[in-house]
Amino acid sequence: MFTFALRRFLIAIPTLLIISLVIFLLLEAAPGDPLGEVPLTVPPEVKEKMRAALGLDSAWFVRYFLWLKQFFWVEPLNLVDYLFNTQYAEGMQRVISFQSRQPVMQIIAQRVPQTLTVVGLSYLIGVSIALPIGIYSAYRQYSWFDQLGTFISMVGFSVPTFFTGVVLIIIFGVKLQWFPSIYDTMHRVTDWQSFLVQVRQMAMPVMVLSLYNAAQISRFMRSSMLDNLNQDYVRTARAKGLTEKVVVLVHVLRNSLIPVVTVIALGVPTIFGGAIITEQVFKVNGLGQQLITSIHSNDMPMVMTLTFIFAILIVTFNLIADLLYGILDPRIRYD
Amino acid sequence: MTDAISIAAKRSAPRNQWWDVWDQFKTHKGALVGLAVFFSILALIIIGPWIWTQDPGFVNLRARNQGFSAAHPLGTDQLGRDMLARIMAGGKVSISVGLTAMLLSITLGTLIGVLAGYFKRLENLLMRGTDLFLALPLLPLLLLMVTLFRDPLSRSFGPETGIFILIVTAIGATSWMQSARIVRGSVLALKEAEFVLAARSIGTPPRRMITRHILPNVMSPIMVSATLGIASAIITESALSFLGLGFPPDFPTWGRLLFDAVDAMQLYPARVILPGVMISLTVLSVNYIGDGLRDALDPRIRGR
Repeated sequence: MFTFALRRFLIAIPTLLIISLVIFLLLEAAPGDPLGEVPLTVPPEVKEKMRAALGLDSAWFVRYFLWLKQFFWVEPLNLVDYLFNTQYAEGMQRVISFQSRQPVMQIIAQRVPQTLTVVGLSYLIGVSIALPIGIYSAYRQYSWFDQLGTFISMVGFSVPTFFTGVVLIIIFGVKLQWFPSIYDTMHRVTDWQSFLVQVRQMAMPVMVLSLYNAAQISRFMRSSMLDNLNQDYVRTARAKGLTEKVVVLVHVLRNSLIPVVTVIALGVPTIFGGAIITEQVFKVNGLGQQLITSIHSNDMPMVMTLTFIFAILIVTFNLIADLLYGILDPRIRYD
Repeated sequence: MTDAISIAAKRSAPRNQWWDVWDQFKTHKGALVGLAVFFSILALIIIGPWIWTQDPGFVNLRARNQGFSAAHPLGTDQLGRDMLARIMAGGKVSISVGLTAMLLSITLGTLIGVLAGYFKRLENLLMRGTDLFLALPLLPLLLLMVTLFRDPLSRSFGPETGIFILIVTAIGATSWMQSARIVRGSVLALKEAEFVLAARSIGTPPRRMITRHILPNVMSPIMVSATLGIASAIITESALSFLGLGFPPDFPTWGRLLFDAVDAMQLYPARVILPGVMISLTVLSVNYIGDGLRDALDPRIRGR
């Protein structure tokens, strides 16, 4: 198990390096010019100087290695400095956004809380709705509850999140006026009243995302339960005289959760990606919204760093899912 | 047992296996409804423009923002263009993007899957490549590709064809991995089958082996993932359009219509709902068809 974990970890490093190269080359191949917005009246030699100031005059591999150094060495040092009040990173060039001239990591740190609260909460809610629904619809297969659950989950992952979001805004934001349709990031929770405001503004994006997540996970839960319910050990457990509750909720559930747990782990990075659209609909200024703004304004360091962070998330959670599977399922041996 | 024998005796000519598939497919009610809905949507967007001949791009500033009426059954938009005609024109683009992107991704996926499964030398390289693609953050990259390459492509192929090529290639290039994995798995299993050994022992060359023996037998997983691929391609295209990164403004697709209507959704919610419902209905019906196909093509379920 340990050697397997180590090997997977060692494979993850070159994978990430290649991914970063792919993203970098894609950005490099693009004809977009970060100075495209600069007025035409600016003389060409000044433009050349501006390019040099942005570091665009050196060859692409120089900039790539510079970015690698900044991302893997300077930024962690800065984090250490910030946490322990040291000065290791003094005078080192950080990854700077073209658009705001601010260190990219600062902007990301400002935006992570919004994404985490909205996306994280909706994933938690989605999972906690999905598991009971999946369990019950598998236990009562082909009952009206199962049929309804199947239909709702089909709808849940067929209707795109931008449409559910817009429909919710029309119903709850415009017609009923229950929830605000725009997320206010400046809002601070200080007392009960402001907490309620926060809950109300989070209600709709969380609803949209949790419906979408619940739809997928409940399908997995249901089919995994169905696979286990017909096994011989279930019959044995019933024959021993165990109560139905113990059979389903202890024996079957524990075995059925193994693949579902890995699916849940694998879904964590994709919700960050999927949240790009939802954040755009509800104007939540999280990571996804920042990515879209940066793409529109050709802010290459920002796009590069954000996309790479998404890639790190995916690779890490793939690793976690693989390891979890090995830990949870004793039938699997990585030798 | 006697039943089976009597049925076999009654049947004089051997039946095509696709009839069995169809018989099983018919028992899945959701899939049948899905098929009916999908064909009616197809009919609407293909035959519809022959009956409702209004030009979707015709601007009539005197008839802006109208509600449902006899002259404009689904109303008009902010420039007085007929919504029914625009929905039909948009559907044509959305569904053709879905179908073409699906074809591309299935071709890529099948090619890579078969090569990786059949030729041992290529397996490691191709499957590591697939894993790498699966680890890429796809939606951000898709957004990136579409934004970055939009101008050069629309310059060389014209705005409509250029963007069409771009979006189809982008979606196809980022969605082939699942089918490649599925196909490789089936090919690996098939390679051990006895008929493949028999075919090899009479000296069948690899090329004919693949086209004659392997491909027909991996058709079922390919068909299922093709169906589901249409659905996800339609969703991706409309998501791109919704983020303002899809087709140009005067070129309607369902996602674009939705995006254009969002600004005025408080006053004219119908203009948001209509294209959204069309997207959702299409995707839902395609997903149900895929569900039914999966059951119908699974020989363990079929004939039960």
